[in-house]
Amino acid sequence: MYSYSDFDSAFVRARTAEFRDQVARRLDGSLTEDEFKPLRLMNGLYLQLHAYMLRVAIPYGTLRGAQMRKLAEIADRWDKGYGHFTTRQNIQFNWPKLCDVPDILDALADVQMHAIQTSGNCIRNVTADHFAGAVADEVEDPRITAELIRQWSTDHPEFAYLPRKFKIAVTGTEQDRAVIRFHDIGLRLRRRDGQIGYQVVIGGGLGRSPMIGKVVRDFLPKPELLPYLEAILRTYNLSGRRDNKYKARIKILVHETGLAALKAKIEQNFATQKRLLPDVSPQLVARIEQGFAPPDFDTRPLVSHRPGPGLRAFIDTNTTPHKRDDHVIVTVSLKPIGGTPGDATSDQMRALADLAQAYGYDELRISHEQNVILPHVHRNDLPAVYAGLRDAGLATANVGLVSDIIACPGMDYCALATARSIPVAQEISRAFAEIDAQHDIGPLKIKISGCINACGHHHVGHIGILGLDKAGVENYQLTLGGDGTQEATIGTRTGPGFAYDQIVPAVTRLIHAYLRLRTAPDETFLQTYRRVGIAPFKTALYEAENAAAA
Amino acid sequence: MTRIVTTDGFGPDPLAHLTPVPLDSYGDGGALLLAVDDDLSEVARHFASLELIVVPFASSADGRGFSLAADLRALGYLGHLRARGHVLVDQFRAALRCGFDDVEISAEQAARNPESQWRAIAMTPGYRSAVFGAPSDALPRPHARLAEG
Repeated sequence: MYSYSDFDSAFVRARTAEFRDQVARRLDGSLTEDEFKPLRLMNGLYLQLHAYMLRVAIPYGTLRGAQMRKLAEIADRWDKGYGHFTTRQNIQFNWPKLCDVPDILDALADVQMHAIQTSGNCIRNVTADHFAGAVADEVEDPRITAELIRQWSTDHPEFAYLPRKFKIAVTGTEQDRAVIRFHDIGLRLRRRDGQIGYQVVIGGGLGRSPMIGKVVRDFLPKPELLPYLEAILRTYNLSGRRDNKYKARIKILVHETGLAALKAKIEQNFATQKRLLPDVSPQLVARIEQGFAPPDFDTRPLVSHRPGPGLRAFIDTNTTPHKRDDHVIVTVSLKPIGGTPGDATSDQMRALADLAQAYGYDELRISHEQNVILPHVHRNDLPAVYAGLRDAGLATANVGLVSDIIACPGMDYCALATARSIPVAQEISRAFAEIDAQHDIGPLKIKISGCINACGHHHVGHIGILGLDKAGVENYQLTLGGDGTQEATIGTRTGPGFAYDQIVPAVTRLIHAYLRLRTAPDETFLQTYRRVGIAPFKTALYEAENAAAA
Repeated sequence: MTRIVTTDGFGPDPLAHLTPVPLDSYGDGGALLLAVDDDLSEVARHFASLELIVVPFASSADGRGFSLAADLRALGYLGHLRARGHVLVDQFRAALRCGFDDVEISAEQAARNPESQWRAIAMTPGYRSAVFGAPSDALPRPHARLAEG
């Protein structure tokens, strides 16, 4: 994977020194709180409900063992022994002290990591398909593009004070695991007439006005990427709304201007950028490409083994075919029954680092579904990997099932939240703890957000749960049929919400309704929903309530 | 009394003899006070007579001025470009890279952010020179005036 150049290392060190100086200038009054806030945010530091929170960038979700081990060390030394992996492939530490943050940033720099642009109204950490480099149908590893964008967007002089945050995702396959239709810019690598380029999608997003991104270019030749991104960003920076933070994302600009009119502006700007902007340095491109060259794959012949029931279930649920027949992709669930989605203890991080180094070519990924991935594992090593995960409490065989829930931190941590998310996720997973029952229910994505900002991606959950505050009481709205893949769909609201103690029974009724409605065990929840529509699910949800009220 | 800041620190205003006026009252006085929503193609018609364009920063959180500067340079403006208003010490490097020649701050800010803080900002190369193999991090400018006549 990509390794820092001398330039990258020097930059990150200088940035840490700069932040140390900014903290000092805040303390001596040179910077007001309002002036300091965007600077602190652009270095990943939030003020949360109970404490500061530091969000560390994991560009395109890719990590080496040593980096994971450093995260464990930070968790032990400066936090409470755990970290929280997020829906944008980052990790958050929930309890750092302001005065320790520059030291934490220095510790990150020791392993080529940073917290730059993980917050603030700037171009955020770029995300990519978490199976990049490991799947068969890839045009090219999307991380090559994502790394180029990381470098181009870092400390970009023009785009650090945008109307609002700006998120870019890249995928290399037609099957979209990077949710590109719900990003400010989504890029899909394509090949046309032997040339590599991108489908460019703009204006997608979740939040309080969920919108599916629109195609602004069906094929943009690869060398034109940065001038095109500059054109989009300049258009947005100048024309995006700044009067209302809820209308400031580019999706609103697309919506209010209309795609055709906005595209005309972008293309006009692009013509100028293309003329003026130099080509990307070929040495840099070569260096990045080399960084993502496939590992030297182990070619040991396959040894047949007879897996026990635990390993069998794990292989069935938590592995995905690899581009090589003798390897698999292993997804490690961070969703133990009754646990906090996305949390890992420092011991678990170290176990993952050990396994990656012993059996995974020293590579780990964080998925936007808040799981950890070993992208390249030789099939012969599966028993050892499983045993190692089991010892670390990481072998839950529930990937893609009802208990593999995405949840934002909610009111347990977040200052913006209007309701709790984590306890709802925990109770749903306890309600369906029995793994055989989970397998019977089959693929199901439940996503929970604790407020309208939708960090838990509830709009694209097959079952989405949105926690709100109604006159001081938590109330949970349900949406059905959302889908974040290439079939991009925003879920439909079922009707009135449910109280905190009623939401898990309501979800249970939905799942039982699905089990009754499906034509065969292999018809998934989403397929059944698409076939029968929302009506029977509404009946299941509200009939009991109505009967009780009558 | 405002302060003019360059990489040399606080200094005299080399264009103090000019009085910037808004676009709709601009004749050929040489100095324009831009509004953030001015049509830059309209501004470009005056490039030949303009010596100074002042771009306002109402708030440091509003980054339109950076794009306006970059756009004016891209359109071929070669004269003096000044950022006036709430520009942070920490935005100084970006302002220069976007094409500004100097920054004009209030007396209040100059008292809070003395010359030493501005001079301490490192002008070490950023990612643009690394990505584009360019000699500097300045955003690109055309070499000739495009909008004369």
